[in-house]
Amino acid sequence: MLKDITIGQYYPADSIIHKLDPRVKFVGTMIFIVSIFIFNSFPGYFVAGLFLASMIALSKVPPKFMFKGLRAVFMLLMITVIFNMVLTPGDIVFKLGFIKVTREGLIMAGKMAVRLVFLISGSSIMTLTTTPNQLTDAMERLLRPLNRIHVPVHEIAMMMSIALRFIPILMEETDKIMKAQIARGADFESGNIIQRTKNMIPLLVPLFISAFRRANDLALAMEARCYHGGENRTQMKPLKYERKDYMAYLILIAYLAAAILFRVFKL
Amino acid sequence: MGIIKALKLGFDYLKYDDDGNVESTQRAVDDVNLDIEAGEFIAILGHNGSGKSTLAKHMNALLLPSEGTLWVDNMDTASEADTWKIRQKAGMVFQNPDNQIIATVVEEDVGFGPENMGIPTADIWTRVDDALQKVGMTTYRHHSPNKLSGGQKQRVAIAGVMAMRPSCIVLDEPTAMLDPNGRKEVIKAVHELNKTENVTVILITHYMEEVIDADRVYVMDSGKVVMQGTPKEIFSRVEELKHYRLDVPQVTLLAHELKKNGLDIPDGILTTEELVSVLCR
Repeated sequence: MLKDITIGQYYPADSIIHKLDPRVKFVGTMIFIVSIFIFNSFPGYFVAGLFLASMIALSKVPPKFMFKGLRAVFMLLMITVIFNMVLTPGDIVFKLGFIKVTREGLIMAGKMAVRLVFLISGSSIMTLTTTPNQLTDAMERLLRPLNRIHVPVHEIAMMMSIALRFIPILMEETDKIMKAQIARGADFESGNIIQRTKNMIPLLVPLFISAFRRANDLALAMEARCYHGGENRTQMKPLKYERKDYMAYLILIAYLAAAILFRVFKL
Repeated sequence: MGIIKALKLGFDYLKYDDDGNVESTQRAVDDVNLDIEAGEFIAILGHNGSGKSTLAKHMNALLLPSEGTLWVDNMDTASEADTWKIRQKAGMVFQNPDNQIIATVVEEDVGFGPENMGIPTADIWTRVDDALQKVGMTTYRHHSPNKLSGGQKQRVAIAGVMAMRPSCIVLDEPTAMLDPNGRKEVIKAVHELNKTENVTVILITHYMEEVIDADRVYVMDSGKVVMQGTPKEIFSRVEELKHYRLDVPQVTLLAHELKKNGLDIPDGILTTEELVSVLCR
């Protein structure tokens, strides 16, 4: 049951998007998200859609994986659309009892829907083509300037990658403890929510104890291997920009410029 | 002077009360003297709570002695300036393979030690390639550690230590959580490193079978070294080992019982072949 949960949904494939530096993908995703809020008209959305579609095509990830991500936010999408439709004042298109659907509402709802769909699929391109490790590396490098104001960037990135490493281990452990407790008569499935939550205690207590023990062991093992924080540390796989990464940045800048021009000239 | 030398080593675990005052002390290591030469294969035997793991942690400067001194390659472990050099010289492999692998890809985990030491990127790669090849894990280099067997994970952990180019590796019950096959593959890998790379090995264990091929054996009980010698010498003292709640390999035990019942058999039989040849005289 717990095995179905996956964090980061990397889809291995051999594409130009997969090979891009993770920093480019990270910055690119940010630019794309900003752009869909700069674009404020349907021709603009068409440009963004075109950009998104070409990225999906280049990434060689089957579009159905993108739609999987959308399914998870379908409810949110529906709620946004309905509320926008009903609650925006303006010219009434049709009336159903006290519910009034306005023209402005319909346009607003359409825009919100497009934005949300673009937002989700845009960010899933990043998570589908970048391994979690590459992502933490990218974050570490991009946030490095924050070191100056004493943000422990290296430590945060290290914590994130260790968390990623231990998720499957702790999942397995949860499964094991669950079975052990069920064998002793624990009941995780009946009762109302409050009872069920209470029943989780015999699962959570051993899980936490074991997690702390693992953390202690891991800290010792890391120290034994000379870990002493980010100082004087070299990297086995340092991030290095290549020609294609600079090209990608150029494309991104051009795209952003287009978005701003659309906005300025009210296209 | 040997690569690891301990003189009157003592260590107390302190127990604190709620106000941070020392409530009680427990002696974990007591008056231990060691002298280990470079290239030796040493086994340290002992029952649970005999202080063998505590002793192991001293060799890597994870614990500092309360009394006496321990030198690793002529460096006093108590001097803070040398801590990182000592940890590089004396690598350590722990019991639980899951809790010592840091990265999500095998090769990245092997590179973790050299990264910490500040080795340039190109050198890290040669070290990682070397280390993986030495433990026979090169084919798994792009795998996730979660998908490996216990024995394979432990070999990755050993590779991670080897990538730091230590002159000595301390293995703290590396096989305790493995199945018999995994145990064999780890012990074999360690023996090979000892022979081909001339790395000093200090193997801490309570499995007698793993001790037979060691150069020297130390037996620990309640913090003290109570017996030391070659495996043959140690295993000829069956009654004494039993007193320290240690098992003897089956063959040795059989030979011992036969001798007690009047057969003319020498002490310290370690392998089936040896016993067969003695019996067939």
